[in-house]
Amino acid sequence: MTLVSLAQATYVVAAVLFILSLAGLAKEDTAKRGNILGMIGMGLALAATVVLALEQSERSVLVTALLIAGVFLIGITVGMWRARTVEMTQMPELIAMLHSFVGLAAVLVGFNSYLEADHADAVHQVEVFLGVFIGAITFTGSIVAYLKLSAKMKSSPLTLPGRNLLNMGAVVVSLGLMGWFLTTGAFADDSAGLIPLIIMTIIALVLGFHLVAAIGGGDMPVVVSMLNSYSGWAAAAAGLMLENDLLIVTGALVGSSGAILSYIMCKAMNRAFLSVILGGFGATATAASSAGPQGDHREVKSPEAAELLAGARSVVIVPGYGMAVAKAQYPVAELVENLRSHGVEVRFGVHPVAGRLPGHMNVLLAEAKVPYDIVLEMDEINDDFPETDVVLVIGANDVVNPSAMEDPGSPLAGMPVLEVWNAKQCIVFKRSMATGYAGVQNPLFFRENTAMLFGDAKAQVEEIVTSLRTQQGVGA
Amino acid sequence: MKIGVPAETRPGERLVGASPASVAQLIKLGYDVAVESGAGTAASFLDEQYEQAGASLVTAAEAWGADIVTCVNTPGAEQIAQLREGATLVSMMAPQSSPELLETLNARRITALALDAVPRISRAQALDVLSTLSNVAGYRAVIEAAEHYGGMFTGQVTAAGKTAPATVFVIGAGVAGLAAIGAASSLGGQVRGFDVRPEVADQIESMGGTFVHAPQAQQEISADGYAKPLTQEQQDAAMGVYAIEAAKADVIITTALVRGSAPTTITAEMVASMRPGSVIVDLAASGGGNCELTVPGETIVSDNGVTVIGYTDLTSRMPRHTSQLFGTNIVHLMALVTPEKDGELTLNFEDPVQRGMTVAHAGDIMWPPPPVAVSAAPAAAPQGPTAEELAEQAAAAQAAAERKAKRRNWLYGAGALAALALLTFSDEETVKHLTVLALAVIVGFYVISNVKHSLHTPLMSQTNAISGIILVGALLQIGSSDVIVSTLAFIAAAVASINIFGGFLVTYRMLGMFRKDAS
Repeated sequence: MTLVSLAQATYVVAAVLFILSLAGLAKEDTAKRGNILGMIGMGLALAATVVLALEQSERSVLVTALLIAGVFLIGITVGMWRARTVEMTQMPELIAMLHSFVGLAAVLVGFNSYLEADHADAVHQVEVFLGVFIGAITFTGSIVAYLKLSAKMKSSPLTLPGRNLLNMGAVVVSLGLMGWFLTTGAFADDSAGLIPLIIMTIIALVLGFHLVAAIGGGDMPVVVSMLNSYSGWAAAAAGLMLENDLLIVTGALVGSSGAILSYIMCKAMNRAFLSVILGGFGATATAASSAGPQGDHREVKSPEAAELLAGARSVVIVPGYGMAVAKAQYPVAELVENLRSHGVEVRFGVHPVAGRLPGHMNVLLAEAKVPYDIVLEMDEINDDFPETDVVLVIGANDVVNPSAMEDPGSPLAGMPVLEVWNAKQCIVFKRSMATGYAGVQNPLFFRENTAMLFGDAKAQVEEIVTSLRTQQGVGA
Repeated sequence: MKIGVPAETRPGERLVGASPASVAQLIKLGYDVAVESGAGTAASFLDEQYEQAGASLVTAAEAWGADIVTCVNTPGAEQIAQLREGATLVSMMAPQSSPELLETLNARRITALALDAVPRISRAQALDVLSTLSNVAGYRAVIEAAEHYGGMFTGQVTAAGKTAPATVFVIGAGVAGLAAIGAASSLGGQVRGFDVRPEVADQIESMGGTFVHAPQAQQEISADGYAKPLTQEQQDAAMGVYAIEAAKADVIITTALVRGSAPTTITAEMVASMRPGSVIVDLAASGGGNCELTVPGETIVSDNGVTVIGYTDLTSRMPRHTSQLFGTNIVHLMALVTPEKDGELTLNFEDPVQRGMTVAHAGDIMWPPPPVAVSAAPAAAPQGPTAEELAEQAAAAQAAAERKAKRRNWLYGAGALAALALLTFSDEETVKHLTVLALAVIVGFYVISNVKHSLHTPLMSQTNAISGIILVGALLQIGSSDVIVSTLAFIAAAVASINIFGGFLVTYRMLGMFRKDAS
């Protein structure tokens, strides 16, 4: 048993390393160390597991070893290929896809665990059932999230009549199936329990699909972090059924991480968690949106915008999903560098739900080499807008909508927003006058100190940089 | 069509109706532009610059004879006589006080667009020359005051002792007043601003001034953005404020012009109460002046040594920028009336802006225009709830919160009991694992709560990678003698390992990109 206890000891070390790894991620300075600690922990855990697996192998050790080698080969090849080639703008899709893998693995491990173990233990059966249930929801839910994020599926919410009842029904039926599943366990002979387990798996797969399909694209940050949480709970459930504490600890860490992220996202949108999960956002909002204020907007061209920027002392840039779509982060970074080298104070104001993933904007800006200490959060920058000369809103809409604060009837009412309208001048980069994800008109566009700059964000920012250069060339 | 830009005819005028930059933009709209030779010289725009921008240089007669003529000031009779019949004249016209001018223009079937009759709506801001001129005038007023004031605006503490900062009192927070407040405070003066419209307090403060509160002298929120004539009571109260502020001020800039006429704000008595060396700049001099001592167009010194500046040409004293901004206003106007960008002027009287500024067209006098719904001020200031209502709401909210907390406590209690019951009946091994689970959740909660928002994406990919730890379970099953189990385990292990390698590497890649500001 020394090998097993050695493995157990290694697992404890790995669990501690995982906790330290996440703790390290709290700050930019220590994040890299956190990442490495996680890798070391994972390496230790895997090494111990491989030894254990070989030792416990019921058939030829060589075959098992080959299989394990095959697993790692696939993992390294595919994993490295994805990690290297993924565009930072595609990060949400990649993460959603990876979530679905955890879900799938949890389902399969659950089935295996049932097939292998003696069926007498009711507690174990509950754990298997729960593990498979959560895993299946995570699996299809993540796939739908992936499809929606990569625009392979319409991002508008799928609103079936009585969808909440459908979801409730699925859960109730699953509970019933669990009862059936438990009674079969008592007879202990064949794999009779497989039937309820498989039916439940199918129901859970459909439920996962439906849950996420009912959520609009704008709420994707919440969905992705929620699925992150689910994938953690699935791992924790697997840990319980396999009686493996490392899985339990890791699963719980990931589960609570995702839960906290979802909570932060919901708070940033002033939405109850439940209402996001139950979906259908946007469908109720249409009545209010058509009544929204309309008016005339003023248009500027990039040379004028460049002039404004050159004359400004303090500039705040508010990026949104549109910047990611247009891949405008590089020219934006160039613009920032230019302005800063000419003594203009430039900062970024990032709304917690900007983008399709928590922290998405920060990653994009980091990719373009924008220093992270000028990228500020909403609360850090909101009070500074009155002293700001020019605000550039690049591809953001709902997060700068004043009606969230001023119009109690607005679907955005109460959502904390970046108060860009308090700045002296606000330039909004937009492709057209269309509404944002919430489908709400934005009165910001019609304010006196707002000017619209239409066109592709990337091209427009590039033009501004060019005209700035010419102006500076003349001035020098 | 051809746009003519003649030199201004008013004596001493240094402005011009177009800058080389605005000429280029007019040409982009499809127009030919003819600039009178030497028209921009006083504003430092040389003929060559206009030529480079694409304009042709012409004589005065040719410029006045163009299809469209734009100038700053109302042309004299001689120039109007040179206009072509049916031509379009764009300039300031003061239509409310010059009916004969409208008659003259109309007799020659001239389409007259009065730049000073642009309705005050948000959309028309871009072509509102009054805002442009007021802005410059406000700035210049401070410069004039600084020139005549025998001291520095900013307070200084030096080895040779200290000087007090200048106290600047600005009456009226329209565009000119706000510009003056901004300019004076950036020179370092201590600026106090007063306006009878209380809603401008924020604007005054945003420019760096201190708002002088005097509720009895201030009226309600105005509906059209302009101040209304005051009632006698308000008038008296306002005069009281002016007297107090004037006695304290080193510089007074007064900008009260209510639709062309200037009420008295600074009486001779107040001037007498001021310190010698103080300066008053009267921006309302063109309307007769706010100060009783003002002589329009001149600078005088009172008996007690107070300088009173009554220049009416403050904008001409900054000809370069005024002309540039004015020219841009004209470009915005022409863009509005040239929707096709084809160099053809098309008036659309459905548009309140175009209708409002057209004072004569095709033989009809169009002044005054129908009233426009204005949006300069918030449409309706929402009536705030009274103190009682607020208290009631607060009490109700508190009661609800208490009820909620009570319900929550019950719920938690019930949950704890249920968990207790379940755990009691579970076997020892499971309880141990559940303990680990509970502790890990709590640890996770505290660890994750500290993560910065900017690192949430790396956090997700990292947690994603470590949730691939489920691979451990799959690996242990892979050696099973059951082929099905083994196969399923293999698939599970493969996808989980993609997760692990992909997740860690992509996190690593992302974190490598975060960099601190090197400078």
